[in-house]
Amino acid sequence: MLDVNIETMVFESSDGGALEALRDLKFNCAAKSFTSIVGPSGCGKTTTLRCILGLESAYKGVITIDGTPVGTQTDAVKIAAVFQEPRLLPWRTTEKNVRLALNQSGSVTDAKLDALFSELGLTEHRHFFPTELSLGLARRVGLARAFAVEPSVLILDEPFVSLDDETAGRLRRLLSSVWSARACTALMVTHNIREAIELSDRILFYSGTPSRIVHQYDVPVQRQHRNRAAIDTIRDEIESLGMIGVTE
Amino acid sequence: MTAKPNRKQFPVWLLSLAGLLVIWTVAAWLAQSRALPSPIAVASAIAVEAQSGELLLHMTATLGRVFAAFIVAMAIGSAIGIALGRNQQLNHFFDPWVILLLNIPALVIIVLSFIWFGLNEAAAIGAVAVNKIPNVIVTVREGARALDPAFAEMGKVFRFSRLKTLRHVVLPQLQPYIAAATRSGIALIWKIVLVVELLGRSNGVGFQIHLYFQLFDVATILAYTLVFVAVMLLVEYLFLQPLEKHSRRWRVERA
Repeated sequence: MLDVNIETMVFESSDGGALEALRDLKFNCAAKSFTSIVGPSGCGKTTTLRCILGLESAYKGVITIDGTPVGTQTDAVKIAAVFQEPRLLPWRTTEKNVRLALNQSGSVTDAKLDALFSELGLTEHRHFFPTELSLGLARRVGLARAFAVEPSVLILDEPFVSLDDETAGRLRRLLSSVWSARACTALMVTHNIREAIELSDRILFYSGTPSRIVHQYDVPVQRQHRNRAAIDTIRDEIESLGMIGVTE
Repeated sequence: MTAKPNRKQFPVWLLSLAGLLVIWTVAAWLAQSRALPSPIAVASAIAVEAQSGELLLHMTATLGRVFAAFIVAMAIGSAIGIALGRNQQLNHFFDPWVILLLNIPALVIIVLSFIWFGLNEAAAIGAVAVNKIPNVIVTVREGARALDPAFAEMGKVFRFSRLKTLRHVVLPQLQPYIAAATRSGIALIWKIVLVVELLGRSNGVGFQIHLYFQLFDVATILAYTLVFVAVMLLVEYLFLQPLEKHSRRWRVERA
């Protein structure tokens, strides 16, 4: 289980000013559940993810994974991330990028890696350099790298932003099937409410700065029944709660 | 389309060298002096030195020193450059040292090195390396300042070890800077090695040039110079350029 309890997080700007990004932010993600965060731009969604990843430490509060504070986990608790920009090393091939994320102690076999590459449709691109890939393909490699480490917690920061609708839709279905097969606790930031509805068990709605959670919404329909019509209905329901305005 | 410019360039390059040779020949013929021997005289001097085995002996001695000094300078200079580029406080403190070192004449470093550490090989190679190190620091420091934090964060999230980070994240980003330091480094180092040999070694191209300077044998001086320049050009074309091409192989246009 991922448990986030941030009392306050303040950014000091270079001109001496200060901006409180997060305040009284409390939520938890049940083990092997999929949670999305939606909210207005610049409201600290990505900051939350960075705190969980151990990339920010200037906050007051505690973040734990299975009871262990972040930054102190052993190899048993692995966090992986899919970044907004894929952040692949351009001077290493697709396969090398994925393999570099694995630690020597890891139990990931070549067969598992082969299966992952084939599920994500990357088999033919294993020896390509990231500079030779389209953004959609590079994003898939980002997913492959994250799932390859067999994480307990998976952090996704707008993983499908700036893709065309068709590609984004295909990648969402890919993520959904790869994630279902390797259940881990997933936390995703997105601007796209339909994307959140399609993938999540629970959606967290953020307020403007300083951010806290204004509403938690548990998506009612089972994942396999979330077709276009079901997603529309849920979206309307969320709108009637007055939450859509918050996200746009 | 890609072959044409190459085919055109090659004769120009050759023509340019031939032109230089013609000017040299004419000048030597006009001067008619031991101080300016003709290309043929220089070529025969090369043949004499090669036959006696002297050329090979002194060339290898000098090349060995160039290579050793280059490795030492690149390793130490890159390490310090990365450290200063990554740590601003460290850089603020040591920047005056770097500037000081950059501005000490090569000759002073060589002379002091021989006085302090004796007329030995380590002092010679060390003196050459110390001359080059501040250049490497300044170039690599520039690269270390420009490292992309996005990759460092990725490495942190996926728990890259220090060695893995250095090899797969940091060094590839520094490659253009290290290549620049290498280019200017090789050229600078071999010139300084000759001075070191002149002042405190009993073999090497520098030692030979000093010897033939005392004998006023310009033909042999030019013989050693030209052969060494040719070897350094070979190193550039056969070793440095292919290496650089290999490390840039991933730089392709996005499809």
